[in-house]
Amino acid sequence: MAETIISIDAVSKSFGSFAAVNRLSLSIHRGEFFSLLGASGCGKTTLLRMLAGLEQPSEGRIVIDGTDMTGVPPYLRPVNMMFQSYALFPHMTVEQNVAFGLRQEGWPKDRIRDKVQEMLDLVQMAPFGRRKPAQLSGGQRQRVALARSLAKEPKVLLLDEPLAALDKKLREQTRLELVKIQHRVGITFIMVTHDQEEAMTMSSRIAVMKAGSIEQIGAPVEIYEYPASIFVADFIGAANMFEGSISRHHDSQVMVACPDLGRDVAVTHAPPLPVGAAVKVMVRPEKLLLSRDEPGAQMNWLRGRIGDMAYLGGLSAYHIELASGLSVQATQANLKHVDGGGPSSGDEVYVAWHPANAVVLVQ
Amino acid sequence: MTAAGLRDDARHPHAGAAPSGDMGPGLRGDGGKGPSGTLFRRIPGGRFLVGLPPYLWLGLFFALPFLIVLKISLAETQIGIPPYKPLLDWAQAGVLEVRLNLGNYRTLLTDDLYVLAYLNSLKIAAVSTLLCLLIGYPMAYGIARSSDRHRNALLMLVVLPFWTSFLIRVYAWMGILKTEGLLNAFLLWTGVIHEPLQILETDLAVYIGIVYSYLPFMVLPLYATLEKMDRSLLEAAWDLGCRPFRAFLSVTLPLSVPGMVAGSMLVFIPAVGEFVIPDLLGGPDTLMIAKILWSEFFDNRDWPVASAIAVAMLVALVAPIMIFQHFQKRATE
Repeated sequence: MAETIISIDAVSKSFGSFAAVNRLSLSIHRGEFFSLLGASGCGKTTLLRMLAGLEQPSEGRIVIDGTDMTGVPPYLRPVNMMFQSYALFPHMTVEQNVAFGLRQEGWPKDRIRDKVQEMLDLVQMAPFGRRKPAQLSGGQRQRVALARSLAKEPKVLLLDEPLAALDKKLREQTRLELVKIQHRVGITFIMVTHDQEEAMTMSSRIAVMKAGSIEQIGAPVEIYEYPASIFVADFIGAANMFEGSISRHHDSQVMVACPDLGRDVAVTHAPPLPVGAAVKVMVRPEKLLLSRDEPGAQMNWLRGRIGDMAYLGGLSAYHIELASGLSVQATQANLKHVDGGGPSSGDEVYVAWHPANAVVLVQ
Repeated sequence: MTAAGLRDDARHPHAGAAPSGDMGPGLRGDGGKGPSGTLFRRIPGGRFLVGLPPYLWLGLFFALPFLIVLKISLAETQIGIPPYKPLLDWAQAGVLEVRLNLGNYRTLLTDDLYVLAYLNSLKIAAVSTLLCLLIGYPMAYGIARSSDRHRNALLMLVVLPFWTSFLIRVYAWMGILKTEGLLNAFLLWTGVIHEPLQILETDLAVYIGIVYSYLPFMVLPLYATLEKMDRSLLEAAWDLGCRPFRAFLSVTLPLSVPGMVAGSMLVFIPAVGEFVIPDLLGGPDTLMIAKILWSEFFDNRDWPVASAIAVAMLVALVAPIMIFQHFQKRATE
């Protein structure tokens, strides 16, 4: 088990009668890239600000690297934050901005100069040291903000929506770059984001948050493939969900009776639940196979007619209408040229999936 | 005729290709931009018309009166109506005599009284501005940091004195400061002093009056600058290891300089020429340029010297401000 650098212990934060964070516990490992993912208002930014010391928890405690940080002001914490607005000081040059934290520490001048140079090299902003923030583009400001927050070599770097202010193309490039920089400096990064793709591509672990609590913590693969709740399954990626109830346990599988599908569905991954429990069966669109021939006996399958379809280049997306009126989403990789031969609108098809590729979620 | 004819000839080659070439000359320039053009661009010379009223106002109510004052300042005194001689005179038939009397300005420089009064006005205005800044900054800071619910009420309180006449408020200060006034009565009652203090008719009373009257002009621009300052800048400073007071010195203070400059200008400039406050609250030895101007004009009936004082005051005030703005502009670039 990796070493814990931050442990959050039953922390709550209320603003008046509104509980932004509700008895939340979490530990973060040294050196990881951890993401707090959730819709706006889920408390992720409040949690990050409590780590920085900009908010104090109403209850619970936060321990950073073995020291209880409850009540410790932001200027005495071994963490630094990169603000969503970057919060660069407009009256200082890029160099002065990066040097700001080091000057507070009382470093000697020549050491500050070397460190500033090193940080500007790291983010490839060395030629812009004499400029003021107003003379930089959005992407350049983001780099300066990163250099400034890394200059003091904090034990943990907190990033509040670091890419939200960039345009789409730059955002995608910067994702990889941030991960690369994190590897190089070896500092623990904790990022707040509402963008699931961002969280998936950058993080080693993700905590999905909802209404001040954590719904699920795990690696991106776990969160996507084995969501722990209906909320997570819905929030991350697309999902087909079928309502049903557990009808029996069969070897390592669970059989779920789904009235909308008119049949029982076999699922390998299910929490231990008694017969009769109300559940939802979740299957990701890309796990569904479309075919004209009846699938093998070990597969779950349905019959339907292709309604809308969209050709997306590498993928095609289909809406399949079932006899019950239910609609199922499926995506297929276009491995071959699709003009002719592939399933198209109006076709009667079999929709099939393997029991191992579905998940049972408690309703 | 020839110019118009040439232009018509030049347009001819295009007329066949584009029927719009037949549009009247009035429409071509301004209306040609189509429906996207703004209202004023559609009216010929609209932009000029919009800009006109402020210039007209300035010309009529500032430049013209100032030129009259300038004219009087160059005239010679006489006993009569008006109490100065004309600048232009038909001395003989066909000879126009222009008499510019620079003696009034020389008087200003040679007689100590004027220079001293001017320097003293500058001193009083500068000290008052500094006091306004010291009192007004914490006020503006407090209002800017207060909750939304209290902020409007606090701003209202700053502006509230304007609802009473300026003159009445200065008279009220006379009631407070005079020997048998409220302040002395209170201090005697508490036992801090045993005989009344002479505050009215001293420079101290002038300072109190100016600071009291001009404080809102300092608070409002300061508030505007502090209120719009991004709070995350302060948080970033704390996050980088800066204690709150140092964060104030290295972030809030430098970023509020524009508000400090604007507020100081609004206090300093009218304070230099302030007449009512030193006249009512100050003593006979409170030397201020506006009081001198008044006595030259009304007591001595020396219009030319009074006008010369007014012109010199304007030049002496405008020049440093222009220099200051020049440097400030260069600093922000």
